[in-house]
Amino acid sequence: MTPQDFDYLRKLLRDRSGLVLSAEKQYLAESRLLPVARRHGLGTLADLVAKLKTPVPALANEVVEAMTTNETFFFRDKIPFDHVRDTIMPALIAARAREKRIRIWCTAASTGQEPYSLSMVLTNFRAQLSGYRVDILATDLSGEVLERAKTGIYSQFEVQRGLPIQLLVKYFNKVGESWQIAQDMRDMVQFRPLNLLNDFSPLGMFDLVFCRNVLIYFDQPTKTAVLNRLVRQMPDDGYLVLGAAETVVGLTDAFKPIHDKRGLYEPNRDARASFAIADIGSRFAAKR
Amino acid sequence: MKTCLIVDDSSVIRKVARRILEGLEFEILEAEDGEQALDACRRQLPEAILLDWNMPKMDGYEFLRSLRRLPGGDAPRVVFCTTENDVAQIARALHAGANEYIMKPFDKDIVEAKFQEVGLI
Ligand SMILES: C[S@@+](CC[C@H](N)C(=O)[O-])C[C@H]1O[C@@H](n2cnc3c(N)ncnc32)[C@H](O)[C@@H]1O
Repeated sequence: MTPQDFDYLRKLLRDRSGLVLSAEKQYLAESRLLPVARRHGLGTLADLVAKLKTPVPALANEVVEAMTTNETFFFRDKIPFDHVRDTIMPALIAARAREKRIRIWCTAASTGQEPYSLSMVLTNFRAQLSGYRVDILATDLSGEVLERAKTGIYSQFEVQRGLPIQLLVKYFNKVGESWQIAQDMRDMVQFRPLNLLNDFSPLGMFDLVFCRNVLIYFDQPTKTAVLNRLVRQMPDDGYLVLGAAETVVGLTDAFKPIHDKRGLYEPNRDARASFAIADIGSRFAAKR
Repeated sequence: MKTCLIVDDSSVIRKVARRILEGLEFEILEAEDGEQALDACRRQLPEAILLDWNMPKMDGYEFLRSLRRLPGGDAPRVVFCTTENDVAQIARALHAGANEYIMKPFDKDIVEAKFQEVGLI
């Protein structure tokens, strides 16, 4: 691949998904994109790039999807799910006693293990949640992984990484050599394609946001911008959960870490107040 | 260092499991069937047991039931490791006192995840 072609692909990925591909990742682009090229009857990556330039949006989507890393597993990192069970849900159930509505969003749900882990945690609260409406929205850039997620079908290997055996027996059915999560768990989750670079304000407000292992692929300004837009979808008493290798520190003061709860953040009220003032200020400036 | 007793009639499986578990810092004991395993446990209870189901002499299920009746026999964390992968079989193993359950084939990630799950690492 020529440096020009590689640069074209890097820019395309960055513009469309936020994914930053470093210069030494050319081998990764080659191994993942050659199969895409072949599927379209194109022999080389140069041919693929030429075709992309015509332009073909559907092909560009396929290229982006091929370059995403979809690795995930049930109860990944465990601790965040303990936080949900021990801290977040008890607090939200109490705080939403009047509205009786709790909304949860998995922003990079991949093949569904994360939202389904949440739905299994929520079953611990069946009694307290009676009369409540709880929504779990699971979105991802890739439509392909979401289609898999919707089926709720996992390989024997996938159900053995992170899923305690008691939960496998309780919530899964064996389908041939695979395992399918029960219908009532699937009914708790709604899947929808969504690119975090696009406007997501129409989705409304969320009490709990899981945004794990996706910001790591973005550059700093993109991380900051996504976090600053996320906070607008959350009430002051909402919770944000990031991945083990991610933080808000040094990126934005829209969120602040919750003391002693690793990976857990809350909207920063003080910063929000100053945002609002800046907002009013800029509107005044615009009027004058 | 924690001790793990590997119980399997296949020497190949024992070897693979040994390599994985030594990598996870366990000291390894081996047994070829339930009877040998029970003898080993009467001498000294290990912290962990990786247990096959189908074996000559005494199978894993019988061994587990006998183990849990030994004095102190409820202490070892028992992880089944078997080709049996029916919900009913798994439920039976849990009922008999298994702590976790691995369906063969397995690899290091699975063993590590399951041993973590029961607090062994
Ligand atoms: C490594 S997975 C993380 C899955 C899960 N959250 C977890 O932590 O296990 C990353 C996911 O982010 C998705 N993704 C990448 N860029 C995205 C974007 N701009 N908007 C939404 N999702 C994106 C990918 O399709 C992939 O499924």
